Amino acid sequence: MIEYVIIGCVIFLVLLSFVGLYRAYKGPTAADRIVAINVISTKITVVIVLIALWIKQGSYVNVALIYAMIGFITTIGVAKYLLKGRLDT
Amino acid sequence: MIDIMKEIIASLFIVCGMFFFFVGVVGLIRMPDVFCRMHATTKCDTMGAGLIFTGLIVWQGATFVSLNILLVLVFIWLTNPTAAHYIAKAEYMTSILLTMEE
Repeated sequence: MIEYVIIGCVIFLVLLSFVGLYRAYKGPTAADRIVAINVISTKITVVIVLIALWIKQGSYVNVALIYAMIGFITTIGVAKYLLKGRLDT
Repeated sequence: MIDIMKEIIASLFIVCGMFFFFVGVVGLIRMPDVFCRMHATTKCDTMGAGLIFTGLIVWQGATFVSLNILLVLVFIWLTNPTAAHYIAKAEYMTSILLTMEE
């Protein structure tokens, strides 16, 4: 029974990611785009964990951990460039 | 019997997490300002990921995989407010500089 709930959750989160991509495309300022990409990154992390448990490959959860790390570093890097105008300090 | 109960509780947690993600995306699209959008998205993302991962941990039981999921959850709970704080600081400082130049 829970397999259907997991499949529905994956489809729902992917559709919500496309809806959030509208804000990343249209956003008036740069911070809007950063917020939208951060939201999409969290959603994709959850989708990776759900798919890893759905196909019963527990070691694929580590992929989600690495994806969360990459998303965090991307957000911090772009926000730091927005704040200081340079990246070398 | 206990498996049925476990699946029902996990499904309830996952559906609640999907609701929080939906509310976050609605706030991201509909709110008028950057800070209002962050107010909607950051909390709802943290809460939705927490609920969905809690449901998956309940479904898996006490195994090594649930320890991994708990690690991902703790990482998201540490880094998501940090990133939101830094984005808010960057947007606030740049908008202050723009208004001072005018």
